[in-house]
Amino acid sequence: MSMAQQAEPAVSTPPAPGPKETDGRTRERPVALRLLARPEVGVFLGAVAVFVFFLIAAPTLRDGGSMATVLYQSSTIGIMALPVALLMIGGEFDLSAGVAVVTSALTAGMLSYQLTVNVWMGVVVALVASLAVGAFNGWVLVKTGLPSFLVTLATFLVLQGVNLAVTKLVTGNVATDDISDMDGFDQAKSLFASSFDVGGVEVKITVVWWLVFAALATWVLLRTKYGNWIFAVGGSQESARAVGVPVTFTKITLFMLVGFGAWFVGMHQLFSFNTVQSGEGVGQELIYIAAAVIGGCLLTGGYGSAIGPVFGAFMFGMVNQGIVFAGWNPDWFKAFLGVMLLGAVLINLYVRRAATRR
Amino acid sequence: MDRSSHARSRRFAPAVALAAAAALTLAGCSSGSGGKKADEEGDSGASAGKANTPRMTVALVTHQAPGDTFWDIVRKGAQAAADKDNVKLVYSADPNAGNQANLVQNAIDQKVDGIAVTLAKPDALRSVLDKAEQAGIPVVGLNSGLADWKKLGLMEFFGQDESVAGEALGKRLNEDGAKNAVCVIHEQGNVGLTQRCEGVKKTFEGSIETLYVNGTDMPSVKSTITAKLKQDGDIDHLVTLGAPFAMTAVQSVDESGSKAKVATFDLNKELTGAIEKGDIEFAVDQQPYLQGYLAVDGLWLYKNNGNYSGGGEQPVLTGPAFVDKTNVKAVAEFASKGTR
Repeated sequence: MSMAQQAEPAVSTPPAPGPKETDGRTRERPVALRLLARPEVGVFLGAVAVFVFFLIAAPTLRDGGSMATVLYQSSTIGIMALPVALLMIGGEFDLSAGVAVVTSALTAGMLSYQLTVNVWMGVVVALVASLAVGAFNGWVLVKTGLPSFLVTLATFLVLQGVNLAVTKLVTGNVATDDISDMDGFDQAKSLFASSFDVGGVEVKITVVWWLVFAALATWVLLRTKYGNWIFAVGGSQESARAVGVPVTFTKITLFMLVGFGAWFVGMHQLFSFNTVQSGEGVGQELIYIAAAVIGGCLLTGGYGSAIGPVFGAFMFGMVNQGIVFAGWNPDWFKAFLGVMLLGAVLINLYVRRAATRR
Repeated sequence: MDRSSHARSRRFAPAVALAAAAALTLAGCSSGSGGKKADEEGDSGASAGKANTPRMTVALVTHQAPGDTFWDIVRKGAQAAADKDNVKLVYSADPNAGNQANLVQNAIDQKVDGIAVTLAKPDALRSVLDKAEQAGIPVVGLNSGLADWKKLGLMEFFGQDESVAGEALGKRLNEDGAKNAVCVIHEQGNVGLTQRCEGVKKTFEGSIETLYVNGTDMPSVKSTITAKLKQDGDIDHLVTLGAPFAMTAVQSVDESGSKAKVATFDLNKELTGAIEKGDIEFAVDQQPYLQGYLAVDGLWLYKNNGNYSGGGEQPVLTGPAFVDKTNVKAVAEFASKGTR
């Protein structure tokens, strides 16, 4: 059931007693309830629950350095989960997001190495390529009216094949060559993959970028016209078009935003590992989508936030690493992960239901 | 005339300018260190002349997952043998056992002269291998399936016993004075990988734990290994089961401030560099190039001279070969070409 329907005031509410004559439609709901009805509050509580649980279960996690590891894992998921969430609010999703990350990294790595140019050239070309993949996804979707499931599934398969075939064709191997001794590498590494010291704890720069991007996405979503367009096209495309929202523009740019995210995470991988294997990235798209859904974005579009996926990604990183920190039998790893995530989503759902019920 | 040419030149001007700008940027941005220029060297791959035997076709069907550096080396070995033996090599692969069986069927339908197949899931291939036998096509096994190749009626087998390789690594850990080791599995449920860790467990006298990581996501591999090292400060050795994961494990060790040493199965060109530098202690090499090469060559020998490697009774072992600081120089030369 969609939130928009639930949020509709009940027509049968009797007139509220009080000095003023009202029919209840304009009545202010308690602050706590209004807060709980926000899409990100459920996942926030879920994240807190998981966090507290692992603080108790895994003593080593209380160390600052361990927390930095959790945040690092969360950030590499979270940076991609943000545009994926915006796209989902806009009513579409992208199955090619996982391999697109690797496509971007491969492009930059191979171009720099093969032409022996400054790695920044590779970085820029990879950005163009990533945005182009996004634009292509959006353009095909808008032109054909096919569901995004089909369009991006096709892109997913194409990219997977292209990643492998082109890498093999160009390098003669299935992984890119090491670019760590090339000009510009150190600069690029400091931007995409460095770390800095906070009170004796090494924090990865991706954590900072993740929070910056989250703040930016929140501002765009809540304070700009473009943000309104995203909600509008996700809620009802026809109505949005009828009131003058540029649906085509909004959808294509949303896919390009995912391309940007893929580029950023791809650059992080390239500059932290120096080489990229062409078969990686498959399956990651589901994790990004999961982080967005856990973060309170509806699979049907029109509802969600940018801060929710931040907690969604954090929860994923927390559970992922928490199991290791707790030293549990690793054979059960995936099962633990699934149960934890389902539990968190249920808390999320319960809170939202409870908050919007009157 | 004059005006039109002027107009055309004006129309082309932006394009020319753009091309020039691009060329300039490329030239201006060329990297002074590293890159292809620095690595450019002699031709890649071994070559040993060419046989004048009649052209034959061999199908190589493996359970490779796309984009894995290991299988790329197997294929290169097979291709080298095929080039030398005047063989047309048809390569196909699918990690899903049912699909792999279909690919074998496909080779039978093509009436190839020989099939080389990996037996990662032997039972799934049983019926299709029977069909190959009925069709009179010789089949050899490679890489995985050491326990099953004879039962399935294969002619020869080229590979390494994963448990034996694991046991050899375990013994080596004892020599190095390891006490607490972690075996990092990058694909949950893979039989060969599990056998390696079990093998290590068998001979290693210290305590050893298993750690699962998500092999398709390197940042996650890195943070999971880091987390493990932080959780247990007593870990002194990490054992990874693939070269790219070993390189990542070295970063995790760095980051966690642990003193653990890294040993691994399988090689690639980055890894040989890391062994030279001392970042990685040693690698157990099963020589994938040799597996691919021998499988194709074995089929060629059978067709042209009736030979059986191992007499059809014993497998031909390609590993475990240890690569460490003492012999890495000799290996690195071939690894840099992506063939070792």
